[in-house]
Amino acid sequence: MLLIHCPYCRMARPESEFRYGGEAHVVRPAEPANVSDADWAAFLYMRANPKGIHAERWRHVHGCGRFFNALRNTVTDQILRTYPAGTPQPALDAHAEDGR
Amino acid sequence: MADRIVGRRSVLDGLVLPARNGIVSVIEATPAARFIYRGDPGLIGDAFGIALPTTPMQARASGARAALWLGPDEWLLLAAASEATTVAAAVAGKPAALVDVGHRQVGLSVSGPRAAALLNAGCPLDLDEAEFPVGMCTRTILAKAEIVLWRTASDAFRMEIARSFAPYVVAFLVEALHGIDR
Ligand SMILES: [Zn+2]
Repeated sequence: MLLIHCPYCRMARPESEFRYGGEAHVVRPAEPANVSDADWAAFLYMRANPKGIHAERWRHVHGCGRFFNALRNTVTDQILRTYPAGTPQPALDAHAEDGR
Repeated sequence: MADRIVGRRSVLDGLVLPARNGIVSVIEATPAARFIYRGDPGLIGDAFGIALPTTPMQARASGARAALWLGPDEWLLLAAASEATTVAAAVAGKPAALVDVGHRQVGLSVSGPRAAALLNAGCPLDLDEAEFPVGMCTRTILAKAEIVLWRTASDAFRMEIARSFAPYVVAFLVEALHGIDR
């Protein structure tokens, strides 16, 4: 079982208490009425789907109930960093980006 | 017209709770008033009688009253069943949410030297006392049920479960007890 560090509970908790919430930092246009169909479709459906480091939302649904963000390596499934919702994506040093 | 007799009965009535002498026992906790408080912990001040703990996963208790941290702005408040209106009045008029969940869930006391082992049959947390000390509480899972778990003593836990899950949780613990060797 994966252990995921919850930034609100401030401890590593078992994966089964969490739910995945999709890509993080997807910003909803402030005025949807002024957005072209193509841009709106991109906001709704287009995701980065990278092979490597992915910033994504998780929710500690069977714990504190809060959403937060995680940086996960989609190749190794290793979660490298978690941080509170609403804060910018933290930089990783090269060592961490290696997934080790 | 026939007399109607209305009585309160526990959702646990008729269920045999797991117990093994000197090893572990599960009993129904004293009926309680329960609230979920959402908001600034400072707003409630001394009105509840206990300052709400702001350290994650900490519970504070005094007599029958207890405040359990569930999230950064969320607490489970427990009080004697007769005090429901007193607690509600303490928060009245404040810009915070207080929801009476007294009848939503039921409390179980799990105690005995193997209490942690029994719970670990379905709870993935490390319940060793070094990792989950007395006074720690959290929402977590027990098999497929969401629970609130609070360690009240070295060998005793209080568990809050949704009443609709009570038959499932009891059946699960009865089964799990077969795996507790001594
Ligand atoms: Zn959490």
